[in-house]
Amino acid sequence: MTVLDEQTDIRDGVDHETVAAVKSMAGKYKHGWETEIEMEYAPKGLNEDIVRLISEKNNEPEWMTEWRLGAFRRWVEMTEPDWAMVNYPAIDYQEQYYYAKPKSMQEKPKSLDEVDPKLLATYEKLGIPLKEQMILAGVEGADASPAEGRKVAVDAVFDSVSVGTTFQKELEQAGVIFCSISEAVQKHPELVKKYLGSVVPVSDNYFATLNSAVFSDGSFVYVPPGVRCPMELSTYFRINAENTGQFERTLIIADKGAYVSYLEGCTAPQRDTHQLHAAVVELVVLDDAEIKYSTVQNWYPGDENGKGGIYNFVTKRADCRGDRSKVMWTQVETGSAVTWKYPSCILRGDDSQGEFYSIAITNNCQQADTGTKMIHLGRNTRSRIVSKGISAGRAQNTYRGLVSMHRKATGSRNYTQCDSLLIGDQCGAHTVPYIEVKNTSSRVEHEATTSKVDDDQLFYCRSRGMDEEEAVALVVNGFCKEVLQALPMEFAMEAQQLVAISLEGSVG
Amino acid sequence: MALPKAKQDATEAFLAQVTLPEGAAWASAARKAALERLRDMGVPVRRDEYWRFTRPETLFERPAPEAEVFVADEEPVFGAIDRLKLVFVDGVFDAEASDDPAMDGVEITRLSQAAAADIHWARELYGVLEARSHADVPRPLAALNSATATDGVVIRVTGKPVRPISLIYLHGDRTSDAVLHHLVRVEPGAEVTLLENGPAAARFNKCIEVDVAEGASFNHVRAQGRDHERRAVTHMFARLAARSVYKSFTLTANGVLTRNEAIVEFTGDDAVAHVAGAAMGHGAFHHDDTVFVTHAAERCESRQVFKKVLRNGAVGVFQGKILVKSGAQKTDGYQISQALLLDDESEFSAKPELEIYADDVKCSHGSTTGAIDETALFYLRSRGVPRGEAQDLLVLAFLAEAIEEIEDPDIAADILSRLESWLARRRD
Repeated sequence: MTVLDEQTDIRDGVDHETVAAVKSMAGKYKHGWETEIEMEYAPKGLNEDIVRLISEKNNEPEWMTEWRLGAFRRWVEMTEPDWAMVNYPAIDYQEQYYYAKPKSMQEKPKSLDEVDPKLLATYEKLGIPLKEQMILAGVEGADASPAEGRKVAVDAVFDSVSVGTTFQKELEQAGVIFCSISEAVQKHPELVKKYLGSVVPVSDNYFATLNSAVFSDGSFVYVPPGVRCPMELSTYFRINAENTGQFERTLIIADKGAYVSYLEGCTAPQRDTHQLHAAVVELVVLDDAEIKYSTVQNWYPGDENGKGGIYNFVTKRADCRGDRSKVMWTQVETGSAVTWKYPSCILRGDDSQGEFYSIAITNNCQQADTGTKMIHLGRNTRSRIVSKGISAGRAQNTYRGLVSMHRKATGSRNYTQCDSLLIGDQCGAHTVPYIEVKNTSSRVEHEATTSKVDDDQLFYCRSRGMDEEEAVALVVNGFCKEVLQALPMEFAMEAQQLVAISLEGSVG
Repeated sequence: MALPKAKQDATEAFLAQVTLPEGAAWASAARKAALERLRDMGVPVRRDEYWRFTRPETLFERPAPEAEVFVADEEPVFGAIDRLKLVFVDGVFDAEASDDPAMDGVEITRLSQAAAADIHWARELYGVLEARSHADVPRPLAALNSATATDGVVIRVTGKPVRPISLIYLHGDRTSDAVLHHLVRVEPGAEVTLLENGPAAARFNKCIEVDVAEGASFNHVRAQGRDHERRAVTHMFARLAARSVYKSFTLTANGVLTRNEAIVEFTGDDAVAHVAGAAMGHGAFHHDDTVFVTHAAERCESRQVFKKVLRNGAVGVFQGKILVKSGAQKTDGYQISQALLLDDESEFSAKPELEIYADDVKCSHGSTTGAIDETALFYLRSRGVPRGEAQDLLVLAFLAEAIEEIEDPDIAADILSRLESWLARRRD
């Protein structure tokens, strides 16, 4: 690798690192390109008229418009949270576009065949072909392999609108509803009305309230009682337009005894200005149901000096309402300039289970403050948290979590493990767990360690002929193994590659 | 940053009731500066992140809540230890009951005397470590202490005094509101042990600033009394130079509300700090250990061990932080906080934090909460140990890791026998 060749020439540790980082940065973020496509924007800025306009564009009924306006009025009264260990210049909310839609989507295409080929090409390039064929989503070139392909239904969201959803027919036969949320508002208002905002209340926090006011699209999933969703569902979010915030809203309901696995991927073009992404994800899990939610977050992280990149301020929460319900969050966070994200589980039903597996990788000037909340309300509820934070360059990586055992959550159990790995002496890794226990029969265990990449392990790998970066990637992959194993197979492969890519240039 | 209006108003209203003690020019200046720090930070309120688990109001609002004087029916702790006794009754020095402070290797003065002298080394330390500490987290009650402390002891250790210095705090007035501030400077290579015991007052605000020079060693063992109704807020600030050693252990039993803060900063390489605590709470008991260790030097070792046994509605809190600054390589930081909940009425909250800016470090923290291990209990009972005794044995085993942090075997034995007798007394 070029980086290694340089190492012999430049001896000054820090200088070398900068040189290597700059060199390897070129073309490093492989999704940084932009699709040239004619867009339709709502006027810049945010006020009640914009909220009404978004609602009108989505052809929403009265109640939905009122719901949004109510959220907007609350948002105006709120202040931006500042407790996370992240620093960024103040965001001017009036300097953003809140709605952007490709012109060709003026008339909603009736089927995928009618979708603008430019858009289809965009997703093709991202490795997400929107064709109904046997594919392995997310892995480049994998669709060429003839091995047993699995069906994955994809909902593709481009800036503010959903471009298309594949395999809708087949899912319908199984009774599963999988469509964009704007479509769900039209076709299944009773479900949307019943569940939207029931997990993340409108005024939950600053960014969730903002989202409630201006969300434009996102995915909606309803799996009826006793149905095991016949294929994995996935949504691919792409930010393309400049100065545009993306505010998607996802709502997944697993009715009694249902099961669904949902994957989410995200990318954005390389730009000098920061862009805001404030999403809300709500999961509702009823008796005996299970939702597996996996994310590979690879928004544009900004350049090596922290210029540009996405502000990723996301509220994700699962409500395990039913007895014996189960939720599993898995996330690989490698992108975004600033991440503020805490996928949580409210374990309300007796014997319900929540799991959280996370890898957060920060390099260069990235900052991540991420973790989870496990709120145990029901009896014999169980939760498990495995968090791996890796910090390189001048990045800051924080795990922030809450485990709360309420008085009635007797016989409950939590195990938390958060490990941090530091690569280089300019970065930081932090752990901020909160533990609250209010009954005696529950057990809570928390463990955290911070260390650097083990020299012995590196030496061993290098003595076997690997170069330094390969060796680091291997050790880091080993460090993350527990989380990578929890990912669906398609994602696990992509995630492993991402772990290696996002650390490129951090060895010095 | 400007304070929110409500907090500003509450602070001004409180400050209007505060008067500063008289003293020499340097002391008055130090007290005024501390009062200004308090004004800038504002009085603590429940909404402050740093007071998330403990209500601060009754620790400073005036007048202090009253506390019934507790009459102990047992020998005070450290009774059998040969020590130099200095006695304070409701925060007022009792010369009659105290020993002659002259001892080889140490100079002891009262703060009220040092603060009245125009020239005294105390000016270099008084309020200095307290003021430094606010850069990380505001600690307004410590600033309040520096501003209003009426007395304390000022200790300069130059050698290795043979006897420990023992501060005894007696409580005789149900309305007393004591504020004491001690200073300890351990000169290079010197060694000292400081003992503290007793409830002190209905409400006690105490600060100790400890400056440990190169190669010096400071040992501290404290037993916070069994008084049921007393309240206490204490701060121990320590600054550790190269190769110094700092060890502190606190035993707490009862008290309506206790907040013990330990703020340790490594400024020299190769130093060691161990901070430990064992607390046994029963009924109306709220006990908060808040520890903040800053590693700003290389190859230092810090260890925090906190154990709490809670029953009958007792509440335990642990907030511990290890901050490793950039360049503090080869740091070894360890932290464990554990709670044993003996019934469903009790609660434990913990926030064990790591903030790390150096890559070649070994830092870990652990926190566990749970009930007594039924299997172990069953094992002991199957061997003929009655249930109550078996439970006590397991409680002692649980607390053992913290008690092991006490350096002196005689003092450790004294603390242990105290625990045993308290447990036996409460046995069903």
